[in-house]
Amino acid sequence: MATITHEEAHVHAHGPELQHQFETPEQQKEAATLGMWAFLVTEIMLFGGIFMAYIVYRWAFPEAWEESAALLNTPLATVNTVVLLVSSLTVALAVNAAEEGNKRRLLTMLALTMLLGLTFLVIKGYEYSEKFAHCAGAKDPISWITGSDLHESHECLVPGRGFLFPEEHGATGGSHGAAHTASMQSGHQLFFLLYFCATGLHAIHMIIGLGVMSAITIMALRDRFSPTYFTPVEIGGLYWHLIDIIWVFLFPLFYLV
Amino acid sequence: MSTISLPQSSYIRDNSRTFIDWLKSWLLTVDHKRIAILYLLSINFFFLLGGLAATLVRVELITPQGDLMSSDVYNRAFTLHGVIMVFFFLIPSIPAVLGNFLVPLMIGARDLAFPRLNLLSWYLYMIGGIFALIAAVFGGVDTGWTFYTPFTSTYSNSNVVMSITGVFIMGFSSILTGLNFIATIHKMRAPGLTWFRLPLFIWANYATSIIQILATPVLGIALLLVIVERVWGVGIYDPALGGDPLLFQHLFWFYSHPAVYIMILPAMGVISELISTFSRKRIFGYEFIAFSSIAIAILGFLVWGHHMFVSSQSVYAGLIFSFITMLVAIPSAIKVFNWTATLYKGSISYRTPMLYALGFIGLFVIGGLTGIFLGVTAVDLHVTDTYFVVAHFHYVMVGGTIMAYLGGIHFWWPKMTGRMYNEIWGSIAALIIFVGFNMTFFPQFILGYLGMPRRYHVYPPEFQILHVMSTAGASILAIGFIVPLIYLAISLRKGAIAGDNPWGATGLEWKTSSPPPTFNFDKTPIVTEEAYAYPPEAAERDAASWRPGSPL
Repeated sequence: MATITHEEAHVHAHGPELQHQFETPEQQKEAATLGMWAFLVTEIMLFGGIFMAYIVYRWAFPEAWEESAALLNTPLATVNTVVLLVSSLTVALAVNAAEEGNKRRLLTMLALTMLLGLTFLVIKGYEYSEKFAHCAGAKDPISWITGSDLHESHECLVPGRGFLFPEEHGATGGSHGAAHTASMQSGHQLFFLLYFCATGLHAIHMIIGLGVMSAITIMALRDRFSPTYFTPVEIGGLYWHLIDIIWVFLFPLFYLV
Repeated sequence: MSTISLPQSSYIRDNSRTFIDWLKSWLLTVDHKRIAILYLLSINFFFLLGGLAATLVRVELITPQGDLMSSDVYNRAFTLHGVIMVFFFLIPSIPAVLGNFLVPLMIGARDLAFPRLNLLSWYLYMIGGIFALIAAVFGGVDTGWTFYTPFTSTYSNSNVVMSITGVFIMGFSSILTGLNFIATIHKMRAPGLTWFRLPLFIWANYATSIIQILATPVLGIALLLVIVERVWGVGIYDPALGGDPLLFQHLFWFYSHPAVYIMILPAMGVISELISTFSRKRIFGYEFIAFSSIAIAILGFLVWGHHMFVSSQSVYAGLIFSFITMLVAIPSAIKVFNWTATLYKGSISYRTPMLYALGFIGLFVIGGLTGIFLGVTAVDLHVTDTYFVVAHFHYVMVGGTIMAYLGGIHFWWPKMTGRMYNEIWGSIAALIIFVGFNMTFFPQFILGYLGMPRRYHVYPPEFQILHVMSTAGASILAIGFIVPLIYLAISLRKGAIAGDNPWGATGLEWKTSSPPPTFNFDKTPIVTEEAYAYPPEAAERDAASWRPGSPL
């Protein structure tokens, strides 16, 4: 019984947001932040495996890397980079607004962040569908969907059985034997496989990030935050920054080789 | 506190009226102690399952011919044994059961920092386990627990994707546990409990958690790429498609070598507690033991290449990996010497947990020293993929981790349940396990040295005597594992009431009632002294009160 009274006293002494296992709000906040940082380390190690594979295969197929990177849509990715960097700013401003207890600005910034995140995903989705459309023999995603203007596919950059690296971008000069082409194909295929894996995993994180941001927005709408308690905004922001930073590495590694 | 009856309110009791309420109160609990009990039950279930697969393997090996099963079935049996034991027993065993139960108690906290995350990690463990079980039921996997490519990614016709998914999900459970422990140990220590007053079990779990959060995601991505390769038929690891099978080995061992320390470090933490308590002495060289855990965690990340001496990795890399492997022996030896020094002039009582602890030291020394043999490239080339390796890691994993796990379960059993187990049966089981274990695995050193390769179900007739010895030992070992199940179960109803501190141990977990209340402490404890502060005269007092036949 003693413990229950103790707990009740505990809850009454502080706000309802203080969970039972913590003594003070500061302790709760520090624990949450530390936990998030540790989680970010884990995330970096998760991507680290893909970066390792990237190093190994770039070392093995330097020409394939150069030729393949040229076929990615760099202008769109540049726009995306800008979009993400701006979203990092809006998240930082959201945290700042939460700290000041400015609910309206907090909601605006969260909405902006989600809008930018969504824009990123739409552009990324367009980039992916471009590659898939080429496999289907269409010029761009729109003609792929409408089914017009289909022709013989001469380029398919989606890894798999149909993978076809366009001739004109391949190695010029030297032998054009079948074995040579096959090994060239595999280097290029590995590039695009890593591209799809890395950016796909990044996009999954982005979708989760959007979910996190929506949850935080709902909490903000319900007035859960105050200048003394805004830990979810802060750690959600950390997660969002991580997504941005990973993209900052992916962009030069794949698009600007 | 009364020693005649169990406390009125504890974490085990609740006031649920119907069975459904009771079930909900357990399955939706966020209490670290209840989650530890959930883990205890599920992990032991997987242990028995893995043991069953090991039994199949050992029975097949009684005769040189393959008479019980075909080579294919045999492959699936030892893979099931390996996958279940490594990923679903050894890795979560001590952190998830004892760690979950004890970390908040030992640091004087009401719960872990993220109780809901803790529950999630149990569910992830169970989902991963269910995937592995489904893979086993629908034909099993034949790749070995190491999932080496390109066999796994291209050629194997078994349920690779299903079991890899299981391991992948289990990995996240492990990450979340590590994350939770790190935040808890950093931020939730009771007032006065400085880093150098922490019990060594906490240090060991802290080092383990660091490995868990750094290494596990790398395994995750390596396995994810195997799935991608199998499903889409593109070459990441398949050399025919331009991939590099060695990349898998690098990524896999980058996790799986540190994972070995995920298994052994918490075990070492348990042993530090047991040795000190049952010698009635302050632990010798506290700081050295604490930092040796951290040193092992760090060095553990730099030695993965010693699993790949016979792969096409460069000889120079091999030499460096070999050298760093030798370095791991230093912190390991520091621990063993310090435990031994703690025993010196202590008042040693041979209670069941102590029997396991002493067994641990002996077996770990053998396992560790043979590890040094294997770290020497020249010797390793001779015994790679033989029973020598099998014997080596079973000495560390079974002789080390399982001995410590059982020792820890016995030691904290009165705290978990409030009741004592049967001391006589406890000692008998510990001895049976020690004898059975040595009889099972010592012959395997000789077998391996003579050239018996691992993972074969037929072998030349001259090896039969050693194989029969090993199987006989395994039968004894199996009995040793079943006996504790029985007397521990009986103790739940019939065991003597333990009281708060049956061992006269130091440590915050013994300051609260047994079993502890839901929020662990009635009021937050304040720590004013170092860990293991046994008064100097404690040993003498124990010796004076000793009487023949007394277990203490």
